[in-house]
Amino acid sequence: MAAPQVLPIEETHVEVDEVPQTDRPWVTVVWNDPVNLQSYVTWVFQKLFGYSKEKAEKLMLDVHMKGKAIVTSGVRERMEYDASRLQAHGLWATVDKS
Amino acid sequence: MFMRAGKVCVARFGPGEAAVLNEVMLEVITLLSEGFDRADPVIERLFPDVYRDDAVLSAELRRYTEDDLRSAKLEQAAMLLDGLPVEGGEVALDEEQAEAWLRALTDVRLTLGMRLGIVDDDVDVEAELDDAILRDPTSRPVGQLSVYQYLTYLQESLVGALMG
Repeated sequence: MAAPQVLPIEETHVEVDEVPQTDRPWVTVVWNDPVNLQSYVTWVFQKLFGYSKEKAEKLMLDVHMKGKAIVTSGVRERMEYDASRLQAHGLWATVDKS
Repeated sequence: MFMRAGKVCVARFGPGEAAVLNEVMLEVITLLSEGFDRADPVIERLFPDVYRDDAVLSAELRRYTEDDLRSAKLEQAAMLLDGLPVEGGEVALDEEQAEAWLRALTDVRLTLGMRLGIVDDDVDVEAELDDAILRDPTSRPVGQLSVYQYLTYLQESLVGALMG
């Protein structure tokens, strides 16, 4: 892992909230299904997106309890690619506008 | 059931278990090849519309992605069958094989689950199996539910062994 990069002071005023929404206009959504195992879904999120166990488990629980969760966001082609990888793993994934 | 042994995931399959796994996997292969039918709810579940509210756009995207997705599913099914001794015996999977097995087991469970009507979280497979056994222990639903249950435990054990 790369060391954290320290920004020059004058640039730190750019807040995350100011990143234009248009930079992440699309999302990949995973929907709940009664077959896929919780442990398997967690593993898939870790495997495909490099998420920590904690983050992957949180997303898995969102899918399970709330019926769906946004797992990635970004440009449309990338979301279509993510959805196809999730579908290759048997997860019910779709793409939507954010 | 699978256990971790060093770098590999190992399990021992009895002849009956190997035969069942072989049979259900072959059914999935048929479904993905000569039996491929877009109108089949199982196919709809294995290849869902990427755009939930836009069938036209989904169909357009599918023209580019479906062949790859189908090949990937056939490949993982073949990898499972390759590693499975027909008469039963020990299986030892490296990471790549274990991952292919996990994906293949998912396709099989999704297929069986759809056929058995396991379509929402309210369906209690354990209770359904108990009921079916009480009605007639030799019936077809008992067999199918038992296989589904077996595959669930098998997959759970493989996830555990892989994540070790």
